Amino acid sequence: MANTTARKSRPGENMRLVDALGYRLPLAGLVSILHRGSGLLMFVLLPFIIWMFDTSVTSEITYGQFTSVFAHGAWGIPGFLIKLVALALIWAYLHHLIAGLRHLWMDMSHAAVSKEFGQTSAIVTLVVSVVLTLALGAKLFFF
Amino acid sequence: MAQTYGSKRTVVGAHYGLRDWLSQRVTATLMALFTLALLVQVLWPGEMGYDRWAGIFSRQWMKVLTFTVIVALLVHVWVGMRDILMDYVKGVGARLTLQVFTIVWLVGCAGWAIQVLWRL
Repeated sequence: MANTTARKSRPGENMRLVDALGYRLPLAGLVSILHRGSGLLMFVLLPFIIWMFDTSVTSEITYGQFTSVFAHGAWGIPGFLIKLVALALIWAYLHHLIAGLRHLWMDMSHAAVSKEFGQTSAIVTLVVSVVLTLALGAKLFFF
Repeated sequence: MAQTYGSKRTVVGAHYGLRDWLSQRVTATLMALFTLALLVQVLWPGEMGYDRWAGIFSRQWMKVLTFTVIVALLVHVWVGMRDILMDYVKGVGARLTLQVFTIVWLVGCAGWAIQVLWRL
C-alpha cells in the first residue's frame, strides 16, 4: 500500500506575487520567465503561424496574398503591425530555442549547473536572441 | 529516515513527471534539428520565391519530417502549457477548463497544419 502524507506547510508556499516582486530577479530568472512567456506567446499565436504556413505554401495566388499582408496590411491592421507581430514571434522562437539548448546543456553536464554558468549562459541567451531578432527585424522592415 | 519508495512511496501524483520531462526534451531536440534542416534549405544560395519555398515542403522526406515535428510540437506544447496551468491556475474547475481548451486548441491547430502539408 502506498502512503499518502498530510500536506506540510513549506516555506515560501504562501508567498504572493507582490512579495516575490520585492526580490531582485537574477538574469537566469529573467531567462526562465521569458522562456515561459515566449512559449505562451507562440501557443496563443499558433493559428497565425499556421495561417502563414498555409498561405505561403498552398499556391502562387495565396503566396501573393501572404506577401501583400505584410506589405499593405489586412483585416484593417496596417502592415507594419503585422510585421511587428511576426517579429515578436521571431524573438519568441529564438529565445525559446536558445534557452532550451541552455537547459539541455545543463541536463547533460553537471559542471554547467553552477551559479557562474547560470549567469554567463543567461547573458549569452538574452544577447544572442536579441541580436538575431534585431538582424532579422532589419531584414523584415527595410530589405 | 522512513522509506519513501517502492510499496511505501509517497503518493504525490501520476508517474512523477519523468515521462513528461523526458518527452519535452526529446521533442525539443527533434524540433531543433528540424529548424536546422529547414534553415539549410532556406539559406541555400539562389532566389527565394513561391516555387522554391513550396518545393521544400513538397518533397516526401520533408513531409514526413514536418509531420513528425507537428506531432512533437503537440506533445511539447501540452507539457509546457500543463506546467504553466499547474503553477498559476489553482482552482480545479478553471484549470480543467483551460486544460481542455489547450488540448482542443492544439489538436485543432495540428489538424490544420497537417491538412496544409498533405495537400501539397
